[in-house]
Order: sequence, then structure tokens, then C-alpha cells
Amino acid sequence: MPEPHGSTAVSAGAGSTGAPGRSLLEVEGLTSAYGPVRALDGVTLSAEAGRITAVLGANGAGKTTLLRTISGLVRPQAGSVRLDGEDITKAPVEAMVGKGMSHVPEGRGVIAELTVDENLRVGSLFRGKVGKDEFDRVYDLFPRIAERRNNAAHTLSGGERQMLVIGRALLAQPRILLLDEPSLGLAPRIVAQIFGLLRQLVDRDGLSVLLVEQNARSALSVADVGVVLNLGKVVVTDQARTLMADEGLRHAYLGF
Amino acid sequence: MSDSQTPTSAAGAATEEAPVEATAAANAPSAQAAGGRSFLPKSTLLRHLVVVLLAIVAAVVILEITDPFTNSQLAQLSYYAIAAGGLTVLTGLNGQVSLGHGALMAVGAYTTALFLQADEPVPLPLILLVSTLVATVVGALVGVAAARLHGPYLAGATLALAVGLPGLAIYFHDIFGGEQGMRVRAPQPPDAFKDFISFVSGNSATGTKWLAYVGAICLVITYFLLANLVRSRIGRTWRAVRDQDVAAELAGINLGTWRVLAFTVSAAAAGLAGGVLALVIRLAAPSGFTLVLSLSLLTAIVLGGLGSLLGALLGSALLVFLPPFVTDLGADFGLDNTEAAQLAPFVYGVVLIVAMIFAPAGFVGTVRLRWLTYRAKQRAAAARSSSGG
Amino acid sequence: MQQFINITLSGLVEGMIYAAFALALVLIWRSTRIVNFAQGAMAAATAFIALALIDAGQSYWIALIVALLSGFVLGAVVERVVIRPVEGGPELNAVIVTLGLFVAIQASIAIIFGSSFQSFPTPFGVRGFEIGDSTIALTPTSLYIIGSVLVVMALLVALFRFTRVGLAMRASAFGQEVARLLGVRVGRMLTLGWALAAVVGSLAGLLIAGGEFIYPAYMDSLIVFGFVAAVLGGLDSPIGAIVGGLLLGLALSYVSGYIERGSALVNVAALVILIVVLLVRPGGLFASSVARRA
Repeated sequence: MPEPHGSTAVSAGAGSTGAPGRSLLEVEGLTSAYGPVRALDGVTLSAEAGRITAVLGANGAGKTTLLRTISGLVRPQAGSVRLDGEDITKAPVEAMVGKGMSHVPEGRGVIAELTVDENLRVGSLFRGKVGKDEFDRVYDLFPRIAERRNNAAHTLSGGERQMLVIGRALLAQPRILLLDEPSLGLAPRIVAQIFGLLRQLVDRDGLSVLLVEQNARSALSVADVGVVLNLGKVVVTDQARTLMADEGLRHAYLGF
Repeated sequence: MSDSQTPTSAAGAATEEAPVEATAAANAPSAQAAGGRSFLPKSTLLRHLVVVLLAIVAAVVILEITDPFTNSQLAQLSYYAIAAGGLTVLTGLNGQVSLGHGALMAVGAYTTALFLQADEPVPLPLILLVSTLVATVVGALVGVAAARLHGPYLAGATLALAVGLPGLAIYFHDIFGGEQGMRVRAPQPPDAFKDFISFVSGNSATGTKWLAYVGAICLVITYFLLANLVRSRIGRTWRAVRDQDVAAELAGINLGTWRVLAFTVSAAAAGLAGGVLALVIRLAAPSGFTLVLSLSLLTAIVLGGLGSLLGALLGSALLVFLPPFVTDLGADFGLDNTEAAQLAPFVYGVVLIVAMIFAPAGFVGTVRLRWLTYRAKQRAAAARSSSGG
Repeated sequence: MQQFINITLSGLVEGMIYAAFALALVLIWRSTRIVNFAQGAMAAATAFIALALIDAGQSYWIALIVALLSGFVLGAVVERVVIRPVEGGPELNAVIVTLGLFVAIQASIAIIFGSSFQSFPTPFGVRGFEIGDSTIALTPTSLYIIGSVLVVMALLVALFRFTRVGLAMRASAFGQEVARLLGVRVGRMLTLGWALAAVVGSLAGLLIAGGEFIYPAYMDSLIVFGFVAAVLGGLDSPIGAIVGGLLLGLALSYVSGYIERGSALVNVAALVILIVVLLVRPGGLFASSVARRA
């Protein structure tokens, strides 16, 4: 049984992280590679507390690798990752969630063979005993998955799966949520619903989000800050509004 | 694409890379082809013929300068090497594993034993040919069943074959002699052979020596055929089937047919090996074809490097010369005979584990990889110094 | 009629043992996608440990507990030391490693405990119960076999369904990467899975040894039967493994009971059943309609 790692967050979805604008996750000079192929080339960026930071770029720009390297699934060749001042570059993957970072991987990452309820419970396992009220709060947030709590997760639709994994991540009481392509394969209506909910969690509960998206238009519409990645390098970092207004940049890197 | 993160998909990245290393030995151009051996002819067939001639000369020299005991060990080596050669083509080139080759050897051995029971047995080459054919047919049947299987499923199915087939010999004990098995009357050396030996070395042309020569001839023929097959279009297709199932299928290659063919070819080698084995040990009995035999063959090819015939030969040499060595060693440490005899399989097991963890390309493959890396580095260094200067 | 009942009964009892052994294979397959061909040899090793204790004057029950515990340790050590480096690698490498373990452990048994046949005791009688004036092929030992396998199965179900460790183990088996991201110590869970599987395998090895002779290779047939039973059930499904075990037990019992000198054909029959299943229904008899693995 994994014992709790001593989470410092206080209550579900309310990782109090101080004043918005303070830098929570700092990535510096991050370089990593799959074999001889360099996927990240000295990436430096920071995600501020209480904000949504969107990482944008074409397929193969290194977005997914960035998240995987931050959470330790890929070991960097150089550079560092700091969470709230603590160097977590070499921390094991399993320890990240205890430090307040939840990573929802590409392809959603429901555990298909487990039921909806079991998926949620796995998300809270590392905290030891978790009250029923916390589960109820997730189900209140996503009534659609509440109806199906005893069904196997592989019976869920794409949108329901995305709700399940976000709910599961919230049960870990993260300070920062790493989301990899949540809009992939979802109907625009569902995407809008999920992004709206993210905005609400950030504004109301002070959650911080590092969002990786290929769907730049939607992502910029919800994000505070945008980081454009190309071939493993940061091209530009700016306010989402400013990026949205830069037609040249949009054409060159964001495809809209 | 499913949304579940199964362990296999999570490990996808690792799976992509590792086989490349593991099979690099099989893919690497052979030392001859890589150049630097310009005295050998360019044509593959001619080159192999030259190697065959050299091998025959070497075999005669070795068999004539060694004592009778070593002669019998070399006879043993020949049947291990024949079977291992077939197995390495299957596993190394086509990516299929078989634990059933011991059972296929049994098919060849029992066939040889049955034919030699006759009062006027047909000529030996014909007997060995028939043994090979019978094993080929059985192998084709197994191959049809095995073609759709991979990895652990195939291993399990061939394991069942290895454990199950000897039961037939016991059930039909009137024909196959049950647990005791069948004694094999080894044929006498022909006069021409006696003349040849007295001409070459003046040694006495004993039955043991004759069988060692029979084994050596079968070995050379088998390796000649296998080597040509490996370098042919068929061999290239096998490698394609192994490395990129999907790409090969898209290219219009019927995977199943090619897998069955690989299994059949390797079963033929096992059958011939079984025939030689029956002659050499003069017995065909269920106890001679245990699971440990199949696993020994696997050890030989893993150690030699999957897909390498030279490796299979070296690995087989280990199967012959290691057991007496470790058994003596065990006896020195106070083990009794039966305990010491188990040291060899113990070493095989450890070798399999260690090789897979540390050197999946095998002995020959690892040396070859080192050599290729070394040469690439040399060239890169040379290129640098010439461009820098 | 009486013959049919007796053959059926002994088939079911044997089938329970195959089911337990198949279950051990399935537990490992589900979590690591590896078929542990060394399972039989590992179980044999624990049986020899038990026999050594019994020969030294200990009771059967002490020996049983020590054997199961040593199975646990052996399973954990094997996973940590030799399986971990090949986990997630090419499947051929893992197959070869478990085969290497198989040979190495079997040879070690022969070196340490000798390769002769040794009789293994059973704590209960092997005389059939009498109904009226006929004796049926159900003995106190067969009740013990059925009972202990059922207990182990119930414990496993309880573990996986109702405990947090069980949930963590299932999560690790089905979604390794996701489980790690959620803070589950996947490595530990895989080790635990191998250890538990080795305990179940060890129990099967001790049950089949009861009242019989054991020698280093005595589990060779059982590894085949266990594999066939597991494939019958789909290799992925614990329930399938149990049903597969019982079916195989019955089938083999009919082969050896109704065919003259059929006991020599039992291994061949297992081979034939395996081939037929793999050709006709490679996903097992109960292959679910959901094809999850593309």
C-alpha cells in the first residue's frame, strides 16, 4: 500500500497556492530525447499560480514530451523542473502526485478494465482514507459520470472519459494540473463545457493548470498565458490575448 | 486505438528499440560481405562453396588428429549443431520461438531407428533423408498451428508438444518400445571409407569414426543449404516478417505462409539431427528427448546470437564440451555424480537469463556489434581529422 | 454409471489443481504480459523445502506454511532480480528468461535435494468414502484439495475486490503508466503480484504432490496443463482460468479413464486440446466481445 506522501493541499480542488501571478512550476533549460531524436531543446517556461498556461504547437513540437518530462516519465538530459521552489527534476513519477502535481496523460488514461468508481478511488489511493464527501463533490461536478459509477470505464464516451480523468485528478487535491490534449477527438460542445469548467476551477478554487493543446484556438480562448513550442524550442511566450491577436504567429505556428 | 493504458502500450517505446539491438547480429552484414576478405568470390553461392570445401578439409583434419573419444564428442556436436542451425533460422530470422525441437528430433530419431530394424536396411543416406522428410511433415503440421501464434503462446504450444509427443512412444509401445525405447543398430562403415581413412591418416576406421564423419557431412550440407537460404530472397522475407509484421503484410507478404515455411525448414533440420543422434547414441528413447534437450538448443542459439549459424555452431560446441568440464568441477567440490551432472543444465539456465538481460545479441552478435561500432568510430575519427586538417 | 461418476469426480479434483495453477499464470500474465514458464519449477522447489521439513520431523501444516512463505519470497525475488530488467521489452526475451529460470531452478533442486523419486505425504486419507456398499473416488484428500483451492480463491477475490492493495494491484496491471501518475508504487505492486502468484502455484504443487512421488521435473506436466487451462479461459481472465482448469481436468480424466492405457495419452490430449483451442478460438472459450488489445 502506498502510504500518503503528506499532501499539503487542504481540500478538494482548493489547492490554495497564494496570490495569482506567483510562479508555481518553473521549467528551465529542459532538454530530452528519444534515442537520437531530440524532442525538447532547452525549454524554459513557468506556470503561474491560479492561472491557465497553454502550451501550443504543431504535432511533433514536443508538447507531450514536455509534460512527460516534467512528471518524470521521461528523464531529461539537461535542465531542471521546480515546483513551488522545490527541485523535482529527479523525483520518481510516483511521488509527483504527493507533491501536488497531477498529470492527465494523452489519450485520457482511464483504466478501462476498472469501473468509474474504482478509477476515482485509484486517484485517491496515495492519500490514504478519503471521505465519501470528496467523491460526492466530483460526482456533483460531473453528473454524467455519477450515473455510471458502477460501469466499466471502457463503456464511457470520450467526453465522459475526459470528465472521469479530470475528476480523478482533482481527488488528488493538486496544486497544479497537467493536461495533455483534453480536446482530442471531442465534439466542440463538450470541449467548451470542459474548458469552461477548468476556468471555473481556476477562478473559484485557485487551481493552476498547464494545458497542452494542438487545438490552439480553443486553448487560447480559455488560457491566461500561451507558450508556443516549435521543434522542441520555445518560440514565444505571451498573454493569450496578445497571441490571439498576432495573425502572423497564428498562421506560422498555430494553424488558424 | 484504445483508451486504456495497458502495460504493453506503456512500454511501446522500449519495445521499438530493443529488438533492433537484439537482432542486430542477424541483420549486420556478415564479416565476409562487409569487405576485407577480397580473396573470396563475390557470388554468394560460390563463396559458400569455398567455405564448404574449407569446412570439409578442416573436418577431416580435426577428426584425424583427435582421439576416438573426441571423435564421438564431435559426432555429438554435429547433431546439436544441425538442430540448433534450424532453430536459429526460426527464432533469429523469423522471430518464432520453439521449445518443441527436441520432440521433432525424436521424430527423426524414431524414424531412423525403425528403418534400421529391417534385416536388410535401405542405404543410410536414404534413411536419413526419410527421417528428415517425416520430421518436415510433422513440422509443417505444427507450423500451420503455430503460424498464428507469437511469443508466449507459441512457446506454450511448443512446450506442450515437447511434453506430449513422447507419450505417443509410450502408448504405441509395440512399435516404439515404450519407456525403454528402441535400440539402434548402427550401420558398419563401408569399405570405401576404410580405404579413405587409411589413405589419409592410417588411423583405424572404427564405427565411431564413421558416425563422426556421417555427422560432419550432414552438418556441412545442412549449413550450406541454410546459409544459402538465409542470404536468399526467402531469408530477406523472413527478416521482414520478423521486424515489421504490419509493413510486410502491407507489402503483400502472407505472414502465415512464411512462418509455416520457416517452421518447416527448421523442423527438417531437427529431423536430420534426430536421425544422426539415433545413430550416434544407438538409442531412440523418450528419456533422450526431454524438455531440457529443447532448452539446451535454445541456450546454444541464444548464446551464439539469434540468427547466426556460426553462433549456433559455437553454442552447440558449448553443449558438448561444457558438461564434462562442469561435472568434473562439481565432483572436485564434493558433489556426487548425479548432482554434478545437473550443473550443466544449471549453467544453461543461468546463461539464458544473463544473456537476455545483459547481451541479447548473444556472443557472436555482441562481438560483431562491438567490431562494427569500433570501425564506425574509427571512420568517424578519420573523417574528422581529414576535414579538420 | 459408477465408473462415470468416479472418473468425473477425480477429474474435477485434478481440475481444481489445474485451475489453481492456471490462476497463478493468469495473475502474472495480467500484470506483466509474461507467461511464467518457471512457475512449475518454482512450485517444485517449495515442495522440496516442505518435504525436507517433514523429513526433519515437522508437521505437514508447518511445512505447508513454510513452503507457501518461501514461494512468496521466491516469487518476489525472481520478479525483482531477473524479470524486472526484461519487463516491457521484446516478448521473446521475457519468454527466454523464464525458460532459463525453469532450467536453472530445476537443476538446483536436483543438486540440493537429489533427483531420485521421493514420496510426499498427505495429511488426510486417500481411501474413498463409502456410499452403501460401493466406494466412490472421493477421498478426504480430495476434499482437502477442493477446500484449500476454494479458500485461496476466495481470499484472492477478497483481496482484489475489497482492499486498497488489491485495487492498486489491478490498477498497476491494467494501466501501468496511469497508475504511476496517480501515485501508485507500480514496481512494488508487480513484485507483490509475482509473489502472490508464486504462493498459489506453490499450493498447486503441494496439492498435486500429496500421496505421490516427487522428483525435480514432477511439475513439467502441470505447467503444460496450467497453460492449456489458462489459454482455454483466455489467459486474461481469472474466472476463465478456473473454468478452464476444471474442463481440462474432466477431459483428461475421461481420456485416461476410458481409453485403454490412456494415461500415456494424457499429455498428448492436452496438446491436442491446446492446438484446437488456439486454432478455433485463440481468445479462449469465453473471449469477450470487447477486443481491447488492438
